[in-house]
Amino acid sequence: MNHSPNPYTRREFLKGGLVMASAAATLPAFLNASALAMNRALGGLTSLPGVPDDHILVVVQLGGGNDGLNTVVPFFAPEYYKARPGINIPEAQALKLSNADGVGLHPQMAALKDMYEDGLVTIYQGVGYPNPNRSHFKSMDIWHTADTTATGDGWLGRYFDAECCGFGKGESGKPDAPESQSGGPPGIAIGRGAPLAMEGRKIKPVAFESADLFKWSASDMNKDLRDGYQALNSRETGDGNAKRPDSNAAFLLRTALDAQVSSDMIRKAVAARPKTQFPASDLGRQLSMISSMIGAGLKTRVYYASMGAFDTHAGQGGPQGRHGQLLSQFSQAVKAFYAELKAQGNDQRVMSMAFSEFGRRVGQNQSQGTDHGTAAPTFLFGPMVRQGVVGEHPSLRDLDEGDLKYKIDFRSLYAGILEGWMKADSTAILEGKYDALPVLASAAASPAARVKGR
Amino acid sequence: MRQPETQSPRPSPAAAKAVLKDDDKIERSLRPIKKQDFKYEQARHLLWRAGFGGNEAQIRYLADLGPEKSVDLVVNYKSADAPWPKEETFDNDIMRPPTSDEREMYRRAQRAQDEETLAKVRLERQRREQQDRQQIAEVQKWWLKRMIETPNPLEEKMTLFWHGLLATNYRTIENSYHMFLQNQLFRKHATGSYADLMYALIRDPAMIAYLDNNDSRKNHPNENLAREIMELFSLGIGNYTEKDIKEGARALTGYTFEDDQFTFQRNNHDNGQKVILGQAGSFDGDGFVRIILAQPACSRYIARRLYHFLVADVPTDERGGDKDMPPAQRAVLRQMASMLASGNYELKPVLRKLLLSEHFYEPQFMNDQIKSPVQLVVGACRSLNTPVRDLTILNDALDLMGQRILFPPSVKGWEGGRAWINTSTFYVRQNILAYLIAARRPQGYASGDDSQKFDAMALLEPYGPESAVGKGEPQAVVEALLRVALGWSPSQGVETLRTYLAARNNEVTNDSVSGMLLLITAMPEYQLC
Repeated sequence: MNHSPNPYTRREFLKGGLVMASAAATLPAFLNASALAMNRALGGLTSLPGVPDDHILVVVQLGGGNDGLNTVVPFFAPEYYKARPGINIPEAQALKLSNADGVGLHPQMAALKDMYEDGLVTIYQGVGYPNPNRSHFKSMDIWHTADTTATGDGWLGRYFDAECCGFGKGESGKPDAPESQSGGPPGIAIGRGAPLAMEGRKIKPVAFESADLFKWSASDMNKDLRDGYQALNSRETGDGNAKRPDSNAAFLLRTALDAQVSSDMIRKAVAARPKTQFPASDLGRQLSMISSMIGAGLKTRVYYASMGAFDTHAGQGGPQGRHGQLLSQFSQAVKAFYAELKAQGNDQRVMSMAFSEFGRRVGQNQSQGTDHGTAAPTFLFGPMVRQGVVGEHPSLRDLDEGDLKYKIDFRSLYAGILEGWMKADSTAILEGKYDALPVLASAAASPAARVKGR
Repeated sequence: MRQPETQSPRPSPAAAKAVLKDDDKIERSLRPIKKQDFKYEQARHLLWRAGFGGNEAQIRYLADLGPEKSVDLVVNYKSADAPWPKEETFDNDIMRPPTSDEREMYRRAQRAQDEETLAKVRLERQRREQQDRQQIAEVQKWWLKRMIETPNPLEEKMTLFWHGLLATNYRTIENSYHMFLQNQLFRKHATGSYADLMYALIRDPAMIAYLDNNDSRKNHPNENLAREIMELFSLGIGNYTEKDIKEGARALTGYTFEDDQFTFQRNNHDNGQKVILGQAGSFDGDGFVRIILAQPACSRYIARRLYHFLVADVPTDERGGDKDMPPAQRAVLRQMASMLASGNYELKPVLRKLLLSEHFYEPQFMNDQIKSPVQLVVGACRSLNTPVRDLTILNDALDLMGQRILFPPSVKGWEGGRAWINTSTFYVRQNILAYLIAARRPQGYASGDDSQKFDAMALLEPYGPESAVGKGEPQAVVEALLRVALGWSPSQGVETLRTYLAARNNEVTNDSVSGMLLLITAMPEYQLC
C-alpha cells in the first residue's frame, strides 16, 4: 500500500496539539492539509477561501414524523380546518411569510420566521417519494439511503466514498489517510451511533454523544492508567508483526496514534466557548458543539444533529402544546446556530437541511393527535440558499387514502445539495438521475413561489 | 526427424516436470504441523480462529492434547440440543400474512373508503412491526449469548461465516422469525456440506424475500437471487455471464414461500429449455445449483472465502488472479478447492486438514487478523472470563463497531479486516472492554458502574500458589497476563505494565490485575488475533 504513516509529524502534533487547537479556535480559518502544515500554521494559519471543499453541510433530523401541516400551515385550504377541528392553527395566528401566500409558520416558530425574513430559509413543500412507507424505521432508512427499498449505504456515506471523503483528490483525500493529516474526520454525527445516512463502504463516520466521551473511558480512573494508555497508544513502532509496515499490527498502531490526535483535536475544539448564546435544549447543545468544531477549523464536511419526539399520536396541541414546543426548540436552536456562525465569520460556508421521515395524516385522530402520514416540508438554511417557499403545496382535496401526495422527490433535493453546494456528481452518488433542484440563491431563476394548491 | 510442434497438446518434459513439482507442492501444502511445534501459542491460535478464543485452562488443555486430538475436539463437536432456547421461544405469528378474512375486510374498507377501518388496520400493522423489531433484538441477543456460552465454538463461528457470506438483512425483510429460521439453517449446516446448504438456501424464506424471488414471475423472472448466488454466494465475478443470470432466474421461478414454509409454485415455474454455463436442459432451481456446484470456480471461491475467514486476508474474488499470491498460499487454496470439489463440498475434512496444517500456524498469520466486533466481544468474555454483564449493551456495541448481527450492511456482508477500524470504532472497541473488565458503562446508558465484579485474579490461578506468578513476582505476573490476552509479550507492553504495577507497590491484587488488563485490552495489539 502506498501509505506513508509519517508518525513523527503526528507525534509532533500530539505534543503541540493543545497550543495549536486553541489558537485555531479563536480564528475563523480552517486547518490545512497535514499535521506538519498544521504545526507550521502556528506561525500563520492559512485558509482556502472560495475553494468548494470549505463548504459544509449540516443535517438536522426531526425524528418521529414531524407534522408538516402544523409546521407550514396551509391556511388557504378550508379542508385543513375541516380535517383538524381540535388541533388546527387559526389563520390569524399563523406567522405570515414574505413572498408566500396561503401558508404560514406555526406561531411557536418566530425564530425561524426571523431567519426567513433575513433570507436564510428555503421551505420546500410536499417533499416525499413514491409509494410512501409509514413505518418510522423503514421510511427513515429510505431517506438515509436515498433508495425507496431502503437498501444500500447511506447517501452521505456514498458521497464520502465517491468524493475522497469530501477532501478533494489530494493526498489527504485517500480513504486511508490519517485523520490527523486531513484535519478531522470527514463526517461527524452527534449521537451514540452514526446515522445510516453517513455509513459508506470505505468511510465510517465518527459519532459521539458528547466530545468528552470520545476517548478511552477508563482514562479518568487514575493517572497511572492514563499514562500507561498514552504510552501504549502513541508508539511509532512495535514488536513482532508490527515491524512490517504493511501488517495489520502496524496499521493498528497508526490508527491508535490517529485516534488520540483526533480525540484531542475534537475535544479541544468543542471545549471552546461559543461567542453567542445557545438555548439550553438538546438540539441547541448539539448545534453549539458543531459550531465550535466548525469554528476550530476542522476539515469535516458533514455534521449530523438530531432531535426526536415528533411522533405526536396524542395530544399534540394547536398553537400551544407539545408539537409547538418542539417546533420552538427547533427554531431557536437553528437561529442561534446561524447567529454563532455569523459571529465566527463562517456562516457563508455552512448550509443546513432539516427533514423528517414523513409528515402526518391530514385528519386528526380521536386522541387529538395525528397518525403517520406522507409528504411534508423540508427546510434548507444558510445565507446562500434562495429565500422562499418552493413548490406547490400538496392538495388537501386530492388525497391518497387520507394522505398528501408528494410534489418534490426528496432525492431531487439531495441532488440539488450535492450538485449545487457540495459540487459533487449526484447521479453517481444517488445511483440514479434526479432533477437537481437549484438550492443556491445565485442559481435560482425565479424566486416566485407557487404556494397554492388547487 | 519431425520438428516438435509448437502447439503440442502433450506437455514438454520440462512442463510435465513443472506440473509434477506443482502437484508435489500441493500435496505438501497442507502437511500437518509436527506435534512438538504445537505449543501454548498454537493451541491459543486454534481456539481464536476456529472459535472465539479460550481461557488459560482451555489453552493449556489443548496444548497438552497435541494437534490431532485438539483439532478433532474442535471440529467433531456434537450439536448441543440443550440448554438453548427452542424455536418456540420466538413468536412466529407476529408478521404472519393477513388471513383471507382480513384481506377481504381490508378490500371492503378500501372500496367503501371506510377511513376508520383502514386506519385501524394501519395501526395494527405498525404495532406488529414494532413488536417484531423488539423480537429481532431478542434473537440477536440470543445468538450473542449462544456464541459466548457454547461448548461448540466452531459451530457458532461457522454460522457467523455463512451469515456473512450468504447475507440477509432484517431491515429489508422485516420478519424476525424468518431471520431466526435462517440462522438455524446456517447452524445446521455449519460444518456440513456447502452443497446441501445451497439447495436449502434457495428454499429459505428469509433469502427468498431478501432477494425478491417471491416476486419472480414465470413471464417476468426477477434476477436478483440468481445474480447474487453467482456473483457473491458461489462463483465470483468473471465466472458467469449476464445470460447465465437470466437463465438462472428462469430456473428459480416458482421458488417462494407461504408463511414460514418453502413452497414451489408449479404454475409459476418456467420449465422451458435453458442454457446455463454451457449446459442445456429444462432446469429448475436444484438444477441451477447443481450446475454451479460442478464449476471449478465454485470450489475455488468457497476455498478463498474460508481461507479469508480463518487464516489471512486474500482477495475474495478471482479478478486479480492468483499470480501475485505467495506460492504456498496459492497451493493451499488449490488443495482446499480440490478437496471441496471432490468431496461433495463437505467442510469438515477441509477444516480438519487446514486447522491441522503447518501453514495455518505460520508465524506471519498468528496475531495478525483484525478481530471482528463479534470476535472482540465474545472473545473477551470467553478468554478473560469477564462477566457477560448486559447483553443489550454488548449488542449495541456490536452495532456501533459496525457489525450489527442479522443486519449486515448489504448482500455483500461485512467487508471486514481494516474496514472495521477507524478512530471512532477504535474507542468503542477499547471502551467495551473497559465495560467488561471494569464495569464502566459506555456512554448513553444508566450512569454508574455495573454491579457484577470481575474476578481478575482467577486468570492467574492455573499457575498455582508455588509458581513465580502465584508468589506475585511482577515480571512473571505481567508476562502471564500478556500471554493469555495477547499470546505474546510486546516489549512496550511489558515495560508499561511493570511501571503501572510498580506504581501500585507491585502488589498483585484484583484491582491491580484489572488495571493491567485494562491497559492490555487498550493496546492496539489486542485488536488482533
